[in-house]
Amino acid sequence: MTAAIRARGIRKSFGPVEVLRGIDLDVAEGEVLGLIGPSGSGKSTLLRCLNSLDDIDDGDLRVNGEIVGHVWEKGRLRRMDDRRLAEQRRGTGMVFQRFNLFAHMTVLENVVCGPVRVLGRDRRAACEAGRAHLARVGLADFCERYPAELSGGQQQRVAIARAIAMDPKILLFDEPTSALDPELVDEVLTTMRDLAVQGRTMVVVTHELAFARDVCDRIAFLDGGRVVETGPAPAFFAVISPHRVVQFDC
Amino acid sequence: MTAADPTLESLIGVPRSEPMRVGRIVVGVAVATLVVFMVRAFALGEIEWSWVARYLTAYAILVGFANTLIMTAGAMALGIALGLAAALMGLSEDPTTRAVAKGYVWFFRGIPIYLQLLLWFNLALVFPTLGIPGLAEVRTVDAMTPFLAALLGLGVCQGAYTAEVIRAGILSGDVGQIEAARAVGMRRGQVMRHIVLPQTLRIIAPPIGNEVIGMLKHSSIAAVIGYQEVMHTASMLHFVNNRVIEMLIVCSIWYLVTVTLLTIGQSLVERRLGRSLGRRTAAAPVAEEGAGA
Repeated sequence: MTAAIRARGIRKSFGPVEVLRGIDLDVAEGEVLGLIGPSGSGKSTLLRCLNSLDDIDDGDLRVNGEIVGHVWEKGRLRRMDDRRLAEQRRGTGMVFQRFNLFAHMTVLENVVCGPVRVLGRDRRAACEAGRAHLARVGLADFCERYPAELSGGQQQRVAIARAIAMDPKILLFDEPTSALDPELVDEVLTTMRDLAVQGRTMVVVTHELAFARDVCDRIAFLDGGRVVETGPAPAFFAVISPHRVVQFDC
Repeated sequence: MTAADPTLESLIGVPRSEPMRVGRIVVGVAVATLVVFMVRAFALGEIEWSWVARYLTAYAILVGFANTLIMTAGAMALGIALGLAAALMGLSEDPTTRAVAKGYVWFFRGIPIYLQLLLWFNLALVFPTLGIPGLAEVRTVDAMTPFLAALLGLGVCQGAYTAEVIRAGILSGDVGQIEAARAVGMRRGQVMRHIVLPQTLRIIAPPIGNEVIGMLKHSSIAAVIGYQEVMHTASMLHFVNNRVIEMLIVCSIWYLVTVTLLTIGQSLVERRLGRSLGRRTAAAPVAEEGAGA
């Protein structure tokens, strides 16, 4: 299997606080990786570094075979300009904890705006595809609604459809169910489960341990800015010292 | 009303009304009295209302007010264009660009508008000619008409204020949506054009409306450099006919009528911009909700 993500010695500080302290991680193509760990362990930061929303300070980070956010140039790494950065980000899709839907656009516009504006697709064709994406997440009847009119679970499913519409090689999920009321969590997890089955590469930061166990191929457990445990999902939960996982799941 | 408590269930179906509001009646009477007094004072004062009626639609006044409207529209358009440019420059990553924007706002917000108009009108003292030397040159005295001086003076100064309004609007935007747009692969310019600015519009519409109304009236200051707007025309008229208060009332009426129309227009614009965001109730059926709720 080829690697979708390869990370070696990733370091990242916010001011005096070092959040990532030498992360090593590999994600194979088609693999679903669950990132778990206590609050402040760096899992969200790591995810945001994968598509340059945050910039790493040191380390070798390759996503889809490319150096993330920088260009290798005569022995130094130069920060990418705006155009190349935007091009690189097309290779990943991201789903945020707080949905972050475009508030002034209808649900359908949210989904087609990437393909039309970024990929230059024909609007009519993009709308047709967008409706199909929305149908797949169970929101075919909500195309003309505005995000503010939707429940949290519905908004998050729109956000997933928006990410898929760009057909990225890798999908990144940043605690996609943490901002949801308990009764709305399942509809989002079901949608994600469908995606996992389709063989997409996914990295999921989550607190939903049951979901991680059932859907993820592999789990990486972060603590204090390092990957402390990693392994195949079923085995991971069977083998790892139970008190440690239980401890953080408070 | 009976002193004894009514028995249980005896209140079903009893008509309900608002509480007594004595204060309202008192204030209402006071205001009405004041209005009557003012109307009476103006009616009995030394005002020839027939002159007001005659001059309200006089050709000179209409031309003057048309010039006021042209100046308002032109200076506001220039102000918004400059303000948008300065706001975007002020948020740039490049320090020089930011400094230019800051300097512009600092200078043109720092000098009285009256003085600025005089400076533009007397630009010839600093730059005797304008244009490309040897190719297309004009003498500044000829080019800098009262209209152009007023347009530049009011518009450039307005831009400095509008820049701050737009900058505040942009900064009040949702960082999460900007990140989402970046994650989709939009470039900075696209994020600004498709995500940030459309939402900024809704936020800045009320203050911009306010500034349009302000500009309508401030444009009267262009009279000092001889631009023929309505106040200029009115003073020309009362120099001749000695009807000072009548001419001023004529101007007031035109200003008030226009401000009323602008206010109505502003609320229509705001309602339209609020379409997507006015409905805040999640997952509720919205179609039947009244606008402006």
